[in-house]
Amino acid sequence: MSKESALQRVKFYQTGTHTVGNRLMDEDSRTVQASMDRSNAITSGHRACQGCGEALGARYALDAAMRAAKGQLVAVNATGCLEVFTTPYPETSWQIPWLHSLFGNAPAVATGVAAAMRRKGRNDVKVVAQGGDGGTTDIGFGCLSGMFERNDDVLYICYDNEAYMNTGVQRSSATPPTARTATTPALGDAPGNVFGTGKNLPLIAMAHNIPYVATASVADLHDLEAKITTAMDISGSRYIHIMVPCPLGWGSAPHDTIRLARLAVESGLFPLFEAEHGEVTQSNKIRRKVPVEEYLRPQRRFAHLFRKGHEDTERLAALQRMADVNIKRFNLLAERESP
Amino acid sequence: MLKQVEGSIAVAEAIALCRPEVVCAYPITPQTHIVEGVGALVKKGELENCEFINVESEFAALSVAIGASAAGARAYTATASQGLLYMAEAVYNAGGLGLPIVMTIGNRAIGAPINIWNDHTDAMSMKDAGWIQLFAETNQEGVDLHIQAFRLAEELSCPVMVCIDGFILTHAYERVDIPTQEEVDAFLPPYDPVQVLDPADPYSIGAMVGPEAFTEVRYLAHEKQRQALQLIPEIAEVFKDVFGRASGGLIHPYRTEDAETIVIALGSVNGTIKEVVDEMRDDGMRVGSVSICSFRPFPLAELKETLIGARNVIVLEKSLAPGLGGVVASNVRMALREAPLPVYTVIAGLGGRPITVASIARVIKGAEKGELPDVQFLDLDEEVVAQEVGRAAETRRSGPTAENILKTLGAVSAGRH
Repeated sequence: MSKESALQRVKFYQTGTHTVGNRLMDEDSRTVQASMDRSNAITSGHRACQGCGEALGARYALDAAMRAAKGQLVAVNATGCLEVFTTPYPETSWQIPWLHSLFGNAPAVATGVAAAMRRKGRNDVKVVAQGGDGGTTDIGFGCLSGMFERNDDVLYICYDNEAYMNTGVQRSSATPPTARTATTPALGDAPGNVFGTGKNLPLIAMAHNIPYVATASVADLHDLEAKITTAMDISGSRYIHIMVPCPLGWGSAPHDTIRLARLAVESGLFPLFEAEHGEVTQSNKIRRKVPVEEYLRPQRRFAHLFRKGHEDTERLAALQRMADVNIKRFNLLAERESP
Repeated sequence: MLKQVEGSIAVAEAIALCRPEVVCAYPITPQTHIVEGVGALVKKGELENCEFINVESEFAALSVAIGASAAGARAYTATASQGLLYMAEAVYNAGGLGLPIVMTIGNRAIGAPINIWNDHTDAMSMKDAGWIQLFAETNQEGVDLHIQAFRLAEELSCPVMVCIDGFILTHAYERVDIPTQEEVDAFLPPYDPVQVLDPADPYSIGAMVGPEAFTEVRYLAHEKQRQALQLIPEIAEVFKDVFGRASGGLIHPYRTEDAETIVIALGSVNGTIKEVVDEMRDDGMRVGSVSICSFRPFPLAELKETLIGARNVIVLEKSLAPGLGGVVASNVRMALREAPLPVYTVIAGLGGRPITVASIARVIKGAEKGELPDVQFLDLDEEVVAQEVGRAAETRRSGPTAENILKTLGAVSAGRH
């Protein structure tokens, strides 16, 4: 961090998760979060809920992006939890230049920022746009697709907590089947969200042939930071989809955020992979495959699947099949299965 | 330089002379030739240092302009009609953020029924979005207002819409004096933003504001428009000094001294109205007109001063507030609350219907005789309306109104041949 930087240096106690483990590693292998030199793009004092996966994900992502951009970063934000909990007027948690315009236009606004920087001869300034799953997969989808097809020089990060949490947990096109939300209540013959709906945005992003697409999880900090760093070294449109558990919306314990994010990956429901120009180049192998039940059971949004004496075995099996399809499709167990 | 040129191309050349750094393009009739024109100038290298971005919607067009403007670039886009509605959320956002974007509206009706022709419904839908709205009478003024718009927008940090009548102006070939680059450079300094996204001086733009400050933020948006009431005439004066012709300002009164009846309108129809005024003056009638150039901010004081002494005020407007009557007329009445005068609303030219000299003259005579209703639809085909109302009363499933009327008109014209 240069001395002229407007950023406040982090305190030792703010160096984040895995600090102790990191200190035993080579300096080069340590996380950005573990360093007192990290930019602290979103500083403490914001109003996210306890155990918020999005607050964690955003801080990891933006501090890694700030390091990669050597401090020359602008962030554009869609309307949503991240925008609201970081900027209750006149306070702001953002220590980097930050712009919020609307719910559905963050990719287009970021395109405009990037175009302006290019014209101002500020090729050193990088642009990150970010939104939740509603802002990304639903209302912002048109602008995002436009940004992708033009290959505008923006890294777009989606913090996916699988519903509209800011407005009180309504279904989005990223809500998984059977999940209870305010608009897919746990009522009737097939409680919760239905099967056969929703969209897989990382795959849609890949279909645009953009240079880089990746999925990441707040359960794997090293991996998340590495993917952000990789993305920041590439020009053109880049997309990173980060799963961020939401204790409020998922009905989970705040202390289970990291555990649930890890179980989503280890069950195969949320595969971690990277893709370049439309082709998957790498997938993170599952170290210990777990049944989907282990991931679903601690979340009250899936409680109706596990009613005593009325276990919804049929739909649990369907969810397991979804995980198994992912495992096959993204080759998540390949190394162990090969002789 | 004098040119015989299509209105859209003249505007495109004026935009290029203002050296925009980011231009977003999305096609919509009748605006499309403008962004095509700018795009061609970029491609030919005549407009340098400009990003020309083909976007996927009007919502994206203005959103890209918002990002570019917040990052310190001079940003421009153009739209019309449905496109303006499609970007409505971003229109209010740009106004609320106080970003000095300039946008051309090639004024066009709004559907349903779908209609590509000229009226002012589009601009009126955004009259309260916090943008300055200027209306051009001619293509020359269209060119001049755009050059003034950038200076106005940037001095105030407020977005400006320049409205030019679709087809009537955008597609008309007229003689237009296109200024030189040197003249425009002398008039329009480089954009120096009041707020900018800069890693060396980071701050948040677009934060959440609650009841404790929202009223103050909105009040300042109103105050900014009031400042514009001072600045618009000042800029028009400077413009006159540099370019040698009068253009812009708040209102253009025409032969209003001693006028008993004054017709008020926005945009190109003022040309026709002036012709009527001249003819009637030749016949000894005391008639005048006022063209409102700045609809937002609305020049209450200037209008009052001009209208006082008249006996009848007629607002001839290409917009309709269903359930009320006139949009412009309501605003004009606000100017006259201390000097009450009869203000007649004449809804005219909707969806491109021609506004003829004869019809305007008839309206003026009607007002002078006290025979004009409060709200009149100019050249309304009452027979067709009555027929449709009758049909709808007879049958529950009477079908789509617009198509029924077209059928009726088709039958009538078939009978005539």
